[in-house]
Formats: sequence, C-alpha cells, structure tokens
Amino acid sequence: MTQKVFGGPALLLDRSDINTDEIIPAKYLTEVTKEALKPYMLEDLKLDGFDPASVSVKQARVVVARENFGCGSSREHAPWVFEVNGVHTIIAESYARIFRQNMFNCGMLAIELPRPDIDAIFALADEGEVEVSVDVDAQTVTAKAGGSERTFSFEISPFDKALVQAGGWVEFADARY
Amino acid sequence: MGQTVAEKIFAAHLRDEPFPGTKVLDLDRVLCHEITTPVAIADLEWRGKDRVFDPGKIKAVIDHVTPSKDSKTALQAKILRDWARRHDIRDFFDVGRNGVCHAIFPEKGYIRPGFTVIMGDSHTCTHGAFGAFAAGVGTTDLEVGILKGVCAFREPKTIRIDLVGNLPDGVYAKDVILYVIGQLGVNGATDRVIEFHGEVIEEMSMESRMTLCNMAIEAGGTCGICEPDMVTVDYLWPFIQDEFDSREAALAHYRQWCADEDADYEQVLRFDVSNLEPQVTYGYKPDCVKPVTEMAGQRVDQVYIGSCTNGRIEDLRVAASILKGRRLADSVRGIVSPATPQIFQQALAEGIIDVFMAAGFCVTNPTCGACLGMSNGVLAEGEVCAATTNRNFNGRMGKGGMVHLMSPATAAACAVTGVITDARPMLAESAA
Ligand code: SF4
Repeated sequence: MTQKVFGGPALLLDRSDINTDEIIPAKYLTEVTKEALKPYMLEDLKLDGFDPASVSVKQARVVVARENFGCGSSREHAPWVFEVNGVHTIIAESYARIFRQNMFNCGMLAIELPRPDIDAIFALADEGEVEVSVDVDAQTVTAKAGGSERTFSFEISPFDKALVQAGGWVEFADARY
Repeated sequence: MGQTVAEKIFAAHLRDEPFPGTKVLDLDRVLCHEITTPVAIADLEWRGKDRVFDPGKIKAVIDHVTPSKDSKTALQAKILRDWARRHDIRDFFDVGRNGVCHAIFPEKGYIRPGFTVIMGDSHTCTHGAFGAFAAGVGTTDLEVGILKGVCAFREPKTIRIDLVGNLPDGVYAKDVILYVIGQLGVNGATDRVIEFHGEVIEEMSMESRMTLCNMAIEAGGTCGICEPDMVTVDYLWPFIQDEFDSREAALAHYRQWCADEDADYEQVLRFDVSNLEPQVTYGYKPDCVKPVTEMAGQRVDQVYIGSCTNGRIEDLRVAASILKGRRLADSVRGIVSPATPQIFQQALAEGIIDVFMAAGFCVTNPTCGACLGMSNGVLAEGEVCAATTNRNFNGRMGKGGMVHLMSPATAAACAVTGVITDARPMLAESAA
C-alpha cells in the first residue's frame, strides 16, 4: 500500500455531526471501486454557502470540522471518497467510532484536537487560505494562513499509529494472526 | 470489582492485546450483506488472500437492493453469491429467501448470549438484544473478520440505562429509544455500550428489545445490550433445544453473561416511562425528538413501515390494528416491507397483509427498501415521509426529502390522516 500524504490545503467545515450520508449518499454505494466515488465527495452536506463543486473542495487535502464527525452508517465509502480525492487527514473535535476506525484501517489520519485548537484553526481562516502540515512522529499539526502559524500537538494510540505505518489493518492483522 | 456484560464478553474472547487498550477479540459471527461485503471480497482477491476463517460462522444475505434493480446492484449481488458458493457459506440468503439482515439473522437463531458479532453495517448493535456484543464495522474490519475471525476494539465503557414504570398504551419500544436518544444526544454514547435494564425491558418481547438496541448507534453507541432472560431463551428454544435439557438449564447457562451486581458503569441513567408520550423526530438528526402531540398536523406524503428497526411481526400487527377498517388518506402513499419472508408469511396467515392492501398500502418483498433511498420508495425533493426506520439524515430517503422517525402505530395513524397524528385515539377506538 502506498504511503498516504498528510497535510495540504484545508477545507474548513464549521459544523458538528457531519454524517456519512452527507459525505457520500447511499445512492452511490452501488459502486464496487473506490475511484468511481470520486465526483461525489460531500455532495449532500448541509452547510450554508457550501458548494461541493467549488475549487476549495477540489483542492482540499485536509478537512477540519467540529464534533462527532462521520456519524451514521458504517460505510467505508466515506473514508474512501476522501482517500480518492487526496484528503488523507481529517481534524475534528471528536469522531463517530466506526468512521474513526475506518480511517486508521485505511492507513489515514483522524486527528482529534480540543475545541480551542479547532477554534484557532477556524480563526486563522480570516487571514486567508489555511494550509495544514502534519508530523505523525512528533504528533503535531501546524496550520498556516497569511503570515500566521499555529502548532498543536495531538494524541494517537500506539495501535492507530501502527496501522498508519503498516498501511492499514489488513496487512497488520494478516502478519500477526 | 464486578463486570459489565461487555467486559465479560471481552474477557472471554480476548485473543491478543497488541498495544495497551487495544483488544483483539475472537469472533463468533461475521455477518455480510451485498453493499459493504463485495468490496472486501474484491480486496481479498486482489491481495491473493481469497479465504474465509470459518464458513460456518459467516452468514450472508442480499437485502439492501433486492431483487437487483440495475447492472451495478446485480454485480454486487453476484459477487456475494459467487463468493458464498466458492467458500461453502451455507447460510446465504438469496432472492426469495432473503430479508433485512438484522431481522433475518436473529430469526434463524444465529445470535446467542455471550457471542461476539460484527457486520459491515452500523445497525449491527441490534443483536445486543440477545446479550451479545455486536458492533457495526467498516469494510476493512469486515475483511479481516472474514479472513482471520478477529476484530480489534478499544474496550468500551458502559452506560447503564434503567427503564422503570409501565409503558402506557400506545407507547412502544420505538418511542422509548427515540426519547433516550433525545436525552443522550447523537454523540452521547460514542465508544460506549448501552446496557438496558429494568422492569420495562423484562416485559419486552425480543422484537421490542431489538428495536431498542437497533438505535443505540443513533446515540453513537457501539452496541445496545439487554441481559439474557427467559424471554431470550424462549425465543431461541427451537434452535437450542438439543443443547440443553430444559429451558431453565439454558437460562442458568446464559446467565453467566449477565452483568455483575457490583459492575462498574461509567454512567447510570434512570428513566420512568410511565408518562411517556409517543415520540417523533423533526429534524435531520435522530436526537431531534418531540412528543407527537407537538408535531400533530404536519403534512406527510409517504408512509413507510419496515426496516431493521420496525419491520417485524409485532410492528405489522400494531399498524394493522389501526389500519383495519380504515383507509389511506388520498394525499398519502403507503409502503410496507415485512422484514423477512417468515414475517411476510406470518402476516399473510394472520390476515395482516389483507388489512394493509385493503387500506391502500403497497406491500413489497422483504428488503431495506425505502429506508436508505437506494432502491424503491425514494422521495422527491420537498416530500415528507413518516417512517418506522432509524435515520432521518438529510437526503437519506432521497435528495431534498424529509423523514420523520416514529413507531409503527404513529406511522399507521399518519397514513390514515395524511398528517402527523397521535395514534392513541384510533387505537382506543379499534380496541373498543
Ligand atoms: S433496514 Fe435500513 S438501517 Fe436497517 S440494515 Fe437496511 S438500510 Fe440499514
């Protein structure tokens, strides 16, 4: 499995409880390849002013959101639609369990930051486009916009880190069990 | 210190703890359907690992879109069907014998107290009604489950919910769980197991317990759990009678999976349901819940009775008791999907299907149907559905559609009037 790229232009979604039906509607679950999901990322997201066809959505490599991100269905199509669009990092205050596990199982990052840190990232957007970089080993996230820069540290369990390093759960489990 | 149900099951199934806090469990059941499994199968083939850990512990069904509606869904069904044949997975339910996963697998007796169960479906929490630890997982976890018979979890903390009092007439398990979700919030039980206790549970059928546990995920819960008791044993008896000398012996055996008296809960909540009113959701999140009386009069275009939440026989009975001698409002279309062939046949035998058809309902084959807007019963932009399902997310039943979640009784009453309606006067009139 190819190593994922963590970091890049951030798409800021100032909402809690963004669910998997909004990330990838059920009508696309008839696809049996990940690639086929690509055009439909966040198609049904309910957020004022949000346009799933906009340039900022296309260019995003990181998504930043509020609480309980990825709630709802177990569909791994949600992480996959991010994966095929190059979004390998999500940063949120908290996650639904299945979505979070699916991200790490695919070797991607679901980073949890406390509310004040997320607030600070959203505040940076006043200065311009937000660019995020991630250092997995040091467990830090750096967000930049205009001339400002903020760095935050995050927690990741040794298991989740091992999954990211192994390229996902299938390889890890097959080697061990 | 005593243990919760989940802690006991975790301890008994622990295969490995590769890192502190990460528990890899042996699985008793890996359940599969045609939406999330084909991708796992394709990936296993691509990796050259097209194997299964134990065909007897894997059960599979085509339920979300069935019979297939187009070439893509036909391919999904074919991938699952061919795979089940190739690996000698005998318990595979194809067109004609298939039903909604979380209804048909328990009905076949596959779920037992103390079991570990995973499925690539978030409502797998339903099976906790049998005193099992059952969790929805994504395709990668499912894939490893199929291949190795294991799954990794962080050991969940448990929230205990005591339900006390007497459920009033016209108020059902669905109203209870909607109310509980309203109290907990959609994030209130994330990474938690919800253990249900109390006299209200003791009085509930297995069907009602499944309705309750089904929606644990809507509060973020990993699993909803009811302790095994004589109701559980009676339900399972046809499948376990060769294993035990008597029902009492079965119960004594299964009681090892009950929580200890001094179990340590993260949180204990107590709800007296004696004054509970029927509940209805109003927004795009399942915790947006109000008593039906505050929603009464709002327009409904479609009524849907079915799904893994409320497509079982007792649900159809309650709805039929309201629909008998009444007709759908002209402005409404009604759809009912009995959740399994057995339920369909039972409903036929009891005259329930006649009642639905006489009232003007469309009766479909057992399938997930309108629940997730993938096959039939899709809403047009701006339309509203009164549904016995479990999710009211934006677009769930069709782009721009609105879903109100409610009990089968409330849904049947809405069908009669064409607006959101308290079913209790109709129930009282029917009973008189
Ligand atoms: S009935 Fe609905 S919620 Fe239940 S398994 Fe089918 S699609 Fe999922």
